[in-house]
Amino acid sequence: MEETLIDEAENNSRDGEVAPALITVHPLEKFVAVAIGSELRVFDLERGFGANMLDDSGVSQHSDSIRTIGFSASGKLFVSAGDDKLVKVWSTDSWQCIHTVFSEKRVSAAAISCDDHFVSFADKFGVVWIVSLEENERNDKGTQILAHYCSIITSLEFSPDGKFILSADRDFKIRVTVFPKKPFSGAHEIQSYCLGHTEFVSCVSFIGTSEYPQGFLLSGGGDSTVRLWDFTSGTLLDTCEVGAQAEILGSNGDEGSCGHAVTDICASPDRSLVAVAIQRQVSNLHGVMLLTCDLSSRRLSVSKVVTMKETFTPTSLGMSVSGENLWMVSGASNLPGSVSSVLARVKVISRLKQMPDSSELKPAVLEDNEVPGGTKLLEKLQGSVYIAHEEETLAAAAEAVKTAMRNLLIKRQYSVEKRELRKKSRNDRKLKQ
Amino acid sequence: MSENSTNTSSSLNPKSFSSNNGLPRKRFYRARAHSNPLSDSHFPVPIKPSHLSLSHHYPHFFPSSSPDQSDGQKRIEFADIGCGFGGLLVTLSTMYPDTLMMGMEIRDKVTEYVKERIKALRASLGSCHNVSVIRTNSMKYLPNYFDKGQLSKMFFLFPDPHFKEKNHRRRVISDSLLDEYAYVMKVGGMVYAVTDVEELGEWMSGCLERHCLFERVGDDEVEADPVTKVLESATEEGQKVIRNGGQTFRSVFRRVAA
Repeated sequence: MEETLIDEAENNSRDGEVAPALITVHPLEKFVAVAIGSELRVFDLERGFGANMLDDSGVSQHSDSIRTIGFSASGKLFVSAGDDKLVKVWSTDSWQCIHTVFSEKRVSAAAISCDDHFVSFADKFGVVWIVSLEENERNDKGTQILAHYCSIITSLEFSPDGKFILSADRDFKIRVTVFPKKPFSGAHEIQSYCLGHTEFVSCVSFIGTSEYPQGFLLSGGGDSTVRLWDFTSGTLLDTCEVGAQAEILGSNGDEGSCGHAVTDICASPDRSLVAVAIQRQVSNLHGVMLLTCDLSSRRLSVSKVVTMKETFTPTSLGMSVSGENLWMVSGASNLPGSVSSVLARVKVISRLKQMPDSSELKPAVLEDNEVPGGTKLLEKLQGSVYIAHEEETLAAAAEAVKTAMRNLLIKRQYSVEKRELRKKSRNDRKLKQ
Repeated sequence: MSENSTNTSSSLNPKSFSSNNGLPRKRFYRARAHSNPLSDSHFPVPIKPSHLSLSHHYPHFFPSSSPDQSDGQKRIEFADIGCGFGGLLVTLSTMYPDTLMMGMEIRDKVTEYVKERIKALRASLGSCHNVSVIRTNSMKYLPNYFDKGQLSKMFFLFPDPHFKEKNHRRRVISDSLLDEYAYVMKVGGMVYAVTDVEELGEWMSGCLERHCLFERVGDDEVEADPVTKVLESATEEGQKVIRNGGQTFRSVFRRVAA
């Protein structure tokens, strides 16, 4: 099983790499953006139509899979970057591309600083770069500020107070670095490492309340756990075994022992609710898991599993500051053997705000016609309204995304014989032909 | 012990230990001179520093395998990055008998040799109880072994020069790796980097000079430091340089507060 996976991965050419669909929500829920393959789709919720992306910077639009998208904390800027080695920063007023940065390597993560002055991005060799967004200081090449030694950085975030920059990688660690006043001379002071994950770290998110303004860090990983950290000291506060929990809560009692990687977590910044997207080996959990995070006791606990009627394994989650709605997307681009090369399905869970008079959370999965923005939004973000019928393709997409993620982030293990064989057929000679 | 003996790959047969002093014989542990630090390697790495078993590495200091690491306990203070055949560690172990030190080496055969050497010295002379070795890639996993501000000395003696510009990112001292070294070192801790390759010597001192968390140690202080005297004479590579009448380039820097 393991061996065949490896072979498949090696036979696949680079161009055919499956990329998951991504979703992100404007902090004030003015816009929802979906990235699928090289396409960027933005819907203006206030005005009720799809935003027109203007790019007259003379550089082409994205030409390969987008791997990371995100709004800045102020909501004024938006960043997109990916396999085409372009980092594009957009103004959300006009949806005009205000700046394009050329990376030397494929980009795996990007973030805009809290004051909107800088955009930072990480490439697939673990180097983190920075570019100023100030009108007269913009440069189309990045300046290196820090590096994880030859490791893929999966997630890059600025802490809510802007003091730290956090980078998570496939080597199980999260590095917390002091974000300096003059970032162009590098971010050299490491505040802490958050160590505890036993597989790759796939996503990080901050959580905090008015009593804890500095906030805590949440991370999800390939070890199917969600962990709560005091990131200034690197102390692990709590671990929630969401994989095992999903097992118990899932109605079917089947095994599916491995591979419940956490693909995304999403915490509304001012509340203690955490949404978790989990990859399922056996697709009997169609939905997301909601955790509550008690910051006074520093505990994470499973509050609810929200299931859907149809096959739906979210590949990405998004939430605004209000935390009223949870936006989810499932899908992938470059699907092998599929007619349509891109596929994205958007769903929304609403009523996530706890009513003061009721103790229990009553989230509701919205029907397609109830989604904010209605069918117009779905048409824009999904490409078509009637996608719900493609359940089989969606399931295949979820499986393909999972395989792609494993191939990318889990280290390949070879048997002794295989290793010897590989040594004999080393490709340094082949390249010279 | 000639460096150029015949290529015998068999190890751990009775002959692999010298009959006079019981030490392992280097020619039975012949290894490649280079190892690619960028490749994915497969060896166990502790998830975090507290998972590193001190009782396994230093049974003399931690006799029971009960609570492994707790507050106020003795901690590893010296790290020899790329310890090679362990000459420096063996010398330092008698100079600082109460200080725990760890050698880190990426080549597994060389690590095996150092393990056997330490075992033999512990048995025959009763020394080296404060010394141990790990096979690891310290460029990737250093924070998994040491906590923030834990180390007081780090050694980078005769590292692989990686001459080609394309391979410079494999060098053990670089601008970005110094961030990690600064993290595991306490303020006031010392970094010793020595090489016999002039170009690499300039590169290493240049990186350290540029880094805001390290400052150069004055010549007088370097000369007065008992450690500097053994940097060249204690290591196998250093002895080779002395034998061949070569020149060495030394950088000694101190970790300073931000």
